[in-house]
Amino acid sequence: MQVTVRYFAAFREATGFETETVDTGAPSTGALFEECRQRHPGLVAWDASLVAINDEMVQWDSPFSDGDEVLFFPPVAGG
Amino acid sequence: MKNFEVTSSPIDLDVFRNRLVDRSCGGYVQFEGWVRDHNEGQPVLRLEYEIYEPLALKEGERILAEARERFGVTRAAAVHRGGVMEITEAAVVVGVASPHRQEAFEACRYIIDQLKVRLPIWKKEHYADGHAEWVNCQRCADHGHPPHPREAPL
Repeated sequence: MQVTVRYFAAFREATGFETETVDTGAPSTGALFEECRQRHPGLVAWDASLVAINDEMVQWDSPFSDGDEVLFFPPVAGG
Repeated sequence: MKNFEVTSSPIDLDVFRNRLVDRSCGGYVQFEGWVRDHNEGQPVLRLEYEIYEPLALKEGERILAEARERFGVTRAAAVHRGGVMEITEAAVVVGVASPHRQEAFEACRYIIDQLKVRLPIWKKEHYADGHAEWVNCQRCADHGHPPHPREAPL
Protein backbone atom coordinates (compact mmCIF):
# COMPACT_ATOMS: atom_id res chain seq x y z
CA MET A 1 0.00 0.00 0.00
CA GLN A 2 0.98 3.61 -0.42
CA VAL A 3 0.97 6.22 2.35
CA THR A 4 2.18 9.77 2.78
CA VAL A 5 4.66 10.29 5.60
CA ARG A 6 5.12 13.75 7.11
CA TYR A 7 8.13 14.77 9.17
CA PHE A 8 8.17 17.65 11.63
CA ALA A 9 10.82 19.87 13.25
CA ALA A 10 14.00 17.86 14.00
CA PHE A 11 12.70 14.91 11.94
CA ARG A 12 12.23 17.15 8.90
CA GLU A 13 15.77 18.47 9.28
CA ALA A 14 17.18 14.97 9.83
CA THR A 15 15.55 13.50 6.71
CA GLY A 16 15.57 16.58 4.51
CA PHE A 17 11.93 15.86 3.68
CA GLU A 18 8.68 17.49 4.72
CA THR A 19 6.62 14.74 3.10
CA GLU A 20 7.43 11.49 1.40
CA THR A 21 5.30 8.96 -0.50
CA VAL A 22 6.13 5.49 0.76
CA ASP A 23 5.27 2.03 -0.56
CA THR A 24 5.09 -0.21 2.47
CA GLY A 25 3.81 -3.45 3.87
CA ALA A 26 4.46 -2.41 7.47
CA PRO A 27 1.77 -3.64 9.88
CA SER A 28 2.02 -0.70 12.29
CA THR A 29 3.14 2.92 12.55
CA GLY A 30 6.16 1.75 14.57
CA ALA A 31 7.20 -0.70 11.86
CA LEU A 32 6.75 2.04 9.26
CA PHE A 33 8.98 4.35 11.32
CA GLU A 34 11.66 1.65 11.41
CA GLU A 35 11.47 1.34 7.61
CA CYS A 36 11.88 5.09 7.26
CA ARG A 37 14.80 5.01 9.69
CA GLN A 38 16.61 2.52 7.44
CA ARG A 39 16.56 5.15 4.69
CA HIS A 40 17.12 8.13 7.02
CA PRO A 41 19.53 7.14 9.82
CA GLY A 42 19.12 10.61 11.34
CA LEU A 43 15.70 9.59 12.66
CA VAL A 44 16.20 8.81 16.33
CA ALA A 45 14.28 9.17 19.58
CA TRP A 46 11.55 6.72 18.64
CA ASP A 47 10.57 6.05 22.26
CA ALA A 48 9.80 9.66 23.16
CA SER A 49 8.22 10.52 19.81
CA LEU A 50 4.53 10.74 18.93
CA VAL A 51 2.62 9.53 15.91
CA ALA A 52 -0.68 10.48 14.28
CA ILE A 53 -2.75 9.20 11.37
CA ASN A 54 -4.86 11.71 9.43
CA ASP A 55 -4.62 14.26 12.27
CA GLU A 56 -5.60 11.84 15.06
CA MET A 57 -3.04 10.80 17.66
CA VAL A 58 -2.45 7.02 17.59
CA GLN A 59 -0.07 4.50 19.15
CA TRP A 60 3.12 2.96 17.75
CA ASP A 61 1.35 -0.38 17.32
CA SER A 62 -1.60 1.15 15.45
CA PRO A 63 -2.30 -0.13 11.94
CA PHE A 64 -2.88 2.19 8.99
CA SER A 65 -4.50 1.94 5.57
CA ASP A 66 -3.69 2.67 1.97
CA GLY A 67 -3.86 6.39 1.29
CA ASP A 68 -3.42 7.44 4.94
CA GLU A 69 -1.23 10.33 5.99
CA VAL A 70 1.11 9.25 8.78
CA LEU A 71 2.67 12.04 10.86
CA PHE A 72 5.90 11.52 12.78
CA PHE A 73 6.43 13.99 15.63
CA PRO A 74 9.82 14.20 17.35
CA PRO A 75 9.75 14.65 21.15
CA VAL A 76 7.60 17.71 21.76
CA ALA A 77 8.64 20.78 23.75
CA GLY A 78 5.78 23.21 24.11
CA GLY A 79 5.47 25.83 26.83
CA MET B 1 -15.99 30.11 21.54
CA LYS B 2 -12.61 28.47 21.20
CA ASN B 3 -10.79 28.01 24.49
CA PHE B 4 -7.45 26.97 23.07
CA GLU B 5 -5.70 29.12 20.50
CA VAL B 6 -2.36 29.51 18.83
CA THR B 7 -1.08 32.84 17.61
CA SER B 8 1.98 34.36 16.00
CA SER B 9 1.40 37.78 17.63
CA PRO B 10 2.17 38.84 21.20
CA ILE B 11 -0.50 37.64 23.64
CA ASP B 12 -2.66 40.44 25.05
CA LEU B 13 -2.84 39.41 28.70
CA ASP B 14 -5.69 41.77 29.63
CA VAL B 15 -7.88 40.52 26.81
CA PHE B 16 -7.05 36.92 27.71
CA ARG B 17 -7.93 37.40 31.39
CA ASN B 18 -11.06 39.49 30.85
CA ARG B 19 -12.53 36.78 28.66
CA LEU B 20 -12.50 34.43 31.67
CA VAL B 21 -14.17 36.74 34.20
CA ASP B 22 -17.28 35.06 35.59
CA ARG B 23 -19.70 36.26 38.28
CA SER B 24 -19.83 32.82 39.90
CA CYS B 25 -16.06 32.59 40.33
CA GLY B 26 -14.08 33.72 43.37
CA GLY B 27 -10.69 32.45 42.29
CA TYR B 28 -8.63 32.96 39.14
CA VAL B 29 -5.23 31.38 38.53
CA GLN B 30 -3.05 32.31 35.57
CA PHE B 31 0.23 30.75 34.47
CA GLU B 32 2.58 32.40 32.00
CA GLY B 33 5.51 30.60 30.44
CA TRP B 34 8.23 33.12 29.49
CA VAL B 35 11.19 32.92 27.17
CA ARG B 36 14.27 32.98 29.41
CA ASP B 37 17.82 33.93 28.55
CA HIS B 38 19.48 30.58 29.25
CA ASN B 39 18.93 26.84 29.15
CA GLU B 40 21.17 24.12 30.57
CA GLY B 41 24.00 26.56 31.09
CA GLN B 42 23.88 28.08 27.61
CA PRO B 43 22.97 31.71 26.94
CA VAL B 44 19.85 31.82 24.75
CA LEU B 45 19.23 34.72 22.34
CA ARG B 46 15.76 33.82 21.14
CA LEU B 47 13.35 30.94 20.64
CA GLU B 48 11.44 29.66 17.68
CA TYR B 49 8.29 27.54 18.01
CA GLU B 50 6.97 25.24 15.33
CA ILE B 51 3.33 24.25 15.83
CA TYR B 52 1.34 21.70 13.87
CA GLU B 53 -1.86 23.65 14.20
CA PRO B 54 -4.63 21.20 13.15
CA LEU B 55 -3.69 18.72 15.84
CA ALA B 56 -2.49 21.22 18.44
CA LEU B 57 -5.89 22.93 18.40
CA LYS B 58 -7.74 19.65 18.75
CA GLU B 59 -5.52 18.29 21.52
CA GLY B 60 -5.47 21.65 23.34
CA GLU B 61 -9.28 21.74 23.51
CA ARG B 62 -9.25 18.15 24.74
CA ILE B 63 -6.86 19.00 27.60
CA LEU B 64 -8.97 21.99 28.68
CA ALA B 65 -12.14 19.86 28.63
CA GLU B 66 -10.38 17.22 30.76
CA ALA B 67 -9.39 19.89 33.29
CA ARG B 68 -12.94 21.25 33.56
CA GLU B 69 -14.32 17.74 33.96
CA ARG B 70 -11.68 16.52 36.39
CA PHE B 71 -11.46 19.53 38.73
CA GLY B 72 -14.93 20.99 38.20
CA VAL B 73 -13.62 24.45 37.32
CA THR B 74 -15.92 26.92 35.60
CA ARG B 75 -13.65 28.29 32.91
CA ALA B 76 -10.33 27.26 31.42
CA ALA B 77 -8.46 28.67 28.46
CA ALA B 78 -4.94 28.70 27.05
CA VAL B 79 -3.01 30.28 24.22
CA HIS B 80 0.37 29.28 22.76
CA ARG B 81 2.66 31.43 20.62
CA GLY B 82 4.26 30.22 17.41
CA GLY B 83 7.17 31.61 15.40
CA VAL B 84 10.18 33.58 16.61
CA MET B 85 10.10 35.01 20.14
CA GLU B 86 12.40 37.26 22.10
CA ILE B 87 13.54 36.91 25.73
CA THR B 88 10.82 37.76 28.35
CA GLU B 89 7.90 37.31 25.95
CA ALA B 90 5.07 35.00 27.06
CA ALA B 91 5.13 31.80 25.01
CA VAL B 92 2.14 30.22 26.70
CA VAL B 93 -0.63 31.48 28.98
CA VAL B 94 -3.12 29.35 30.91
CA GLY B 95 -6.07 30.79 32.84
CA VAL B 96 -8.56 29.02 35.09
CA ALA B 97 -11.53 30.50 36.97
CA SER B 98 -13.59 28.66 39.56
CA PRO B 99 -15.75 29.37 42.63
CA HIS B 100 -12.81 28.54 44.96
CA ARG B 101 -9.03 28.76 44.55
CA GLN B 102 -8.01 25.18 45.30
CA GLU B 103 -9.40 23.58 42.15
CA ALA B 104 -8.25 26.54 40.04
CA PHE B 105 -4.63 25.98 41.15
CA GLU B 106 -4.86 22.25 40.50
CA ALA B 107 -6.51 22.59 37.09
CA CYS B 108 -3.99 25.21 35.99
CA ARG B 109 -1.11 22.92 36.93
CA TYR B 110 -2.72 19.99 35.12
CA ILE B 111 -3.24 22.02 31.95
CA ILE B 112 0.30 23.38 31.62
CA ASP B 113 1.82 19.97 32.40
CA GLN B 114 -0.34 18.25 29.77
CA LEU B 115 0.19 20.98 27.16
CA LYS B 116 3.93 20.50 27.43
CA VAL B 117 3.89 16.77 26.73
CA ARG B 118 0.91 16.29 24.40
CA LEU B 119 0.81 19.19 21.93
CA PRO B 120 2.68 18.89 18.64
CA ILE B 121 4.86 21.92 19.38
CA TRP B 122 8.63 22.09 19.02
CA LYS B 123 11.03 24.65 20.40
CA LYS B 124 14.26 25.66 18.73
CA GLU B 125 16.75 27.59 20.83
CA HIS B 126 19.15 30.05 19.21
CA TYR B 127 22.29 30.42 21.31
CA ALA B 128 24.71 33.30 21.78
CA ASP B 129 27.50 31.35 20.02
CA GLY B 130 25.45 31.23 16.82
CA HIS B 131 24.21 27.65 16.81
CA ALA B 132 20.63 26.51 17.22
CA GLU B 133 19.11 23.31 18.55
CA TRP B 134 15.70 21.70 18.87
CA VAL B 135 14.80 21.22 22.51
CA ASN B 136 13.60 17.66 22.28
CA CYS B 137 14.21 15.91 25.53
CA GLN B 138 11.24 17.10 27.57
CA ARG B 139 9.62 13.69 27.74
CA CYS B 140 12.86 11.77 28.06
CA ALA B 141 13.71 13.73 31.17
CA ASP B 142 10.22 13.19 32.60
CA HIS B 143 10.61 9.46 32.14
CA GLY B 144 14.11 9.34 33.57
CA HIS B 145 15.75 8.30 30.29
CA PRO B 146 19.17 9.59 29.31
CA PRO B 147 19.16 12.34 26.68
CA HIS B 148 19.08 11.28 23.04
CA PRO B 149 22.35 10.89 21.22
CA ARG B 150 23.30 14.08 19.45
CA GLU B 151 24.76 12.50 16.32
CA ALA B 152 21.60 13.26 14.36
CA PRO B 153 22.13 16.12 11.89
CA LEU B 154 19.66 18.36 13.66
